[in-house]
Amino acid sequence: MEAPLPDSQRIVFTGIGLTAPNGDNLAEFRGALLEGRSGVVDYETRYMGPVLAGVCNFDDLKYQKRKEVRRGTRAGSVAIYCANEALADSGLDWSGVPKDRVGVYIGITEHGNVETENEIYEISQFQYDTKVWSHHHNPRTVANNPAGEVTLNLGITGPHYTIGAACAAGNAGFIQAVQMLRLGECDLAIAGGVSESIHTFGIFASFQSQGALARHEDPTKASRPFDTNRNGIVVAEGGALCTVERLSDARARGATIYGEIVGYAINSDAKDFVLPSHERQTECMRLALSRAGLQPSDIDIVSTHATATEQGDIEEAAALREVFAGCPDVAINNAKSFIGHAMGAAGALELLGNLPSFHDGMAHATINLDDLDPACELGQLVINEPRRMGEVSCILNNSFGMLGINSVVIVKKYEEGGE
Amino acid sequence: MNPEQIRQVVLDILARIAPDEDISELQDEVPFRDQMELDSMDFLDIVMELRKQYRIQIPEEDYEHLTTMSSTVTYLTPHLKDVESQAV
Repeated sequence: MEAPLPDSQRIVFTGIGLTAPNGDNLAEFRGALLEGRSGVVDYETRYMGPVLAGVCNFDDLKYQKRKEVRRGTRAGSVAIYCANEALADSGLDWSGVPKDRVGVYIGITEHGNVETENEIYEISQFQYDTKVWSHHHNPRTVANNPAGEVTLNLGITGPHYTIGAACAAGNAGFIQAVQMLRLGECDLAIAGGVSESIHTFGIFASFQSQGALARHEDPTKASRPFDTNRNGIVVAEGGALCTVERLSDARARGATIYGEIVGYAINSDAKDFVLPSHERQTECMRLALSRAGLQPSDIDIVSTHATATEQGDIEEAAALREVFAGCPDVAINNAKSFIGHAMGAAGALELLGNLPSFHDGMAHATINLDDLDPACELGQLVINEPRRMGEVSCILNNSFGMLGINSVVIVKKYEEGGE
Repeated sequence: MNPEQIRQVVLDILARIAPDEDISELQDEVPFRDQMELDSMDFLDIVMELRKQYRIQIPEEDYEHLTTMSSTVTYLTPHLKDVESQAV
């Protein structure tokens, strides 16, 4: 067994800021997940008419002026809200934090489509006269925009960038924070993922063309991972950013520690643009477990990526069956069944929604699972009602994306004096 | 439009560009930037809004005329004298 890491190399979550379609902070979000409350609603998008979406309702003027909201992007506003909420939750005295030692690492599935669609629509109202194309388009669409807006809002002068990782991006943001803190590139990271995807018609239209856009007469029942009657993805917006610190720093200031990132992995299918591969997902989970020095039987809760697409759910179920075959007590759940697929925010939101399990001992369910697809058979699924677990020590979070990107993050409950 | 109507057009544009500011006391002879938080991108918003609403193409060398409300109205008056006011 490897020697335990020194506290300066152990990385912990110390503050959480989030907005989800069913909650604008961790307590609200957790409450909704335990009570089975969906955030999916009817939604209108340009050209397509009525669709379904997970829509956030956070107050964007809580941390921004009207002018800043107008100047920036929705993804920027989501990120600014989450970053400020995380800092407030962290207990850090922000005025005393050296701003050049703060890094901002935000996972995104895509960025810029919203602004480009808006500008094309705008010039279409002027016979496609490009002279009315906004001078704001470039700063709004550069890929670092959401992270850059956070630095502008908070006066952060350390590094900032986004990590483009399709729907694995939320985990990728956390992983970047771990790596940068271990490298000494920053002393405090603000990391996670955001998505503004519901504000582009293109994502809905593309999923529809792909035969993967969910529909249901009751919006709250549209997102149905693992269910025989699932018919695709509900697109959602959202954001989830954490303050991430070295354990040594967190302990020195007496911070509340939500959990320690003890393992992670990212790998690639190298197989298909959209179809996932359970072989590489299996390898990714096993690599993360290995790096964490854990066995599958050490995991108490698995937060699945499943999006309610036909093949995606089957592949992930196959990977989970393989990795957790001898683990009947692990609780396997899914947050997309409540809020839809929050794209760049999904992995981060889904992990954070499970962290309270360390203290309340509950595993939230996967809802809308009325008729389990035999191809997704998993005996450990937490179906429709939360499960009382008792002690929860380890959570494994899957997050996968197009072009065959897989990511896994494992978080362990932090206990003073423990390793 | 007459100068007073043009002044209102500019005032409406400024209100959209700087929604957090109270511009009811704006002084017409004092530069905008001395009374409001306006950067170069905001200034381009004024030019863009005039272009969109009234199809006025303001060349870059004329931007200096858009310094104060008074100079802006003076500059715009010949461009907008034959344009109907959109005010309701």
